[in-house]
Amino acid sequence: MAQSMAKEFTKGLWAELPPFRLVLGLCPVLAVTQSVENGIGMGLATTFVLVCSNFLVSLLRTIIPAKVRIACYIVIIATFVTIVELLMQAFTYELFLKLGIFIPLIVVNCIVLGRAEAFAGKNPPHLAIADGLGMGVGFTLSLGTLGIIRESLGSGTILGNPVFGPDFQPFTFMVQAPGAFVCLGLMLCMMNLIGKK
Amino acid sequence: MREMISMVVVLTILSAFSGGLLATVRSNTQERIENQVLKFEKAPAIKAILSEVSNDPLLDRFKLKSDDDEITFFVGKKGGVPESIAFETKGKGFEGPIGLMVGIDIATDSVIGVRITTHSETPGVGSRAKDDPAFARQFAGKSLETGFAVKGDNGEIDAISGATITSKGVCIAATKAQVLYTKLKPEIKTHINNLAN
Repeated sequence: MAQSMAKEFTKGLWAELPPFRLVLGLCPVLAVTQSVENGIGMGLATTFVLVCSNFLVSLLRTIIPAKVRIACYIVIIATFVTIVELLMQAFTYELFLKLGIFIPLIVVNCIVLGRAEAFAGKNPPHLAIADGLGMGVGFTLSLGTLGIIRESLGSGTILGNPVFGPDFQPFTFMVQAPGAFVCLGLMLCMMNLIGKK
Repeated sequence: MREMISMVVVLTILSAFSGGLLATVRSNTQERIENQVLKFEKAPAIKAILSEVSNDPLLDRFKLKSDDDEITFFVGKKGGVPESIAFETKGKGFEGPIGLMVGIDIATDSVIGVRITTHSETPGVGSRAKDDPAFARQFAGKSLETGFAVKGDNGEIDAISGATITSKGVCIAATKAQVLYTKLKPEIKTHINNLAN
């Protein structure tokens, strides 16, 4: 059991890494990775929703009628997203202000519904949790990595601390929307090159 | 037929459960969220307007009802004696509502100062109403007898060039504050006297 759980967990970290392998959930990947803090905050919020919704969907998989399963999944996902939104407002209000509309938009994130439909609806709860956690951690790491690249080049800082010394001229292109596309494209390219070998 | 019933029953139960869960989370976080909003959105404006008080206006606050709205009033004291009061009103801006914190001297019934709390105006154009202290300074010291209007509307306020609608929105909010204060004055006075004791 532990072995199969580990397998489901690790696939989300590389073989099926959401944004770069499955190319899912690109909206937050492009929109919130101007800084490491935003990226990781968004990733953690998504992870929470993924794990909770995967667990509940898997628990109810024999009860939910096939014809209304998508509606049921959306109700479950939307509930957890609203909980995350309320908790962020209560405990990390500054981060909530920065992420803004992208928190409620987790509801329509393809990864969350995709995992509910493709995995949690067909597998027992312990595997569903491992899958959700793996996907979530993979997503968080991807957003963090993009955040590190974009923030360090675009603002010359990582988590707000200067990294290149006082003479560094920030390459502001990287923190704007076009920079997000270029950066994502290069990452995809690199991932494919490494995967080929 | 059985399938139909099971679909309806499952969806109903799921939605009811989700509603209950959200209501619980909301009622448990409501107070914290309110404090966070005060701390991050209102506190800077209040501190800037009521800069010469010796208490913390965020703690000495009370709520009053006007029509359907509930307005929070913040009281500034000097040496234990209430001297000034601040509250927020909304005006219609170019892109959406503009929140304006208005400070009023209770003894002279004149405006101490105004600060914009929240807005969605164009960055660099309408946003100057918040960032340019010269604009807000025009409201300071004005009595509450006449309404506020931009010069184009035969008023006294110099509109920000290129942002007339924003400037008018701020004037609307300031005038609203003045009407509100005049209307609720007796109730405000009782509350303030309670705070002084």
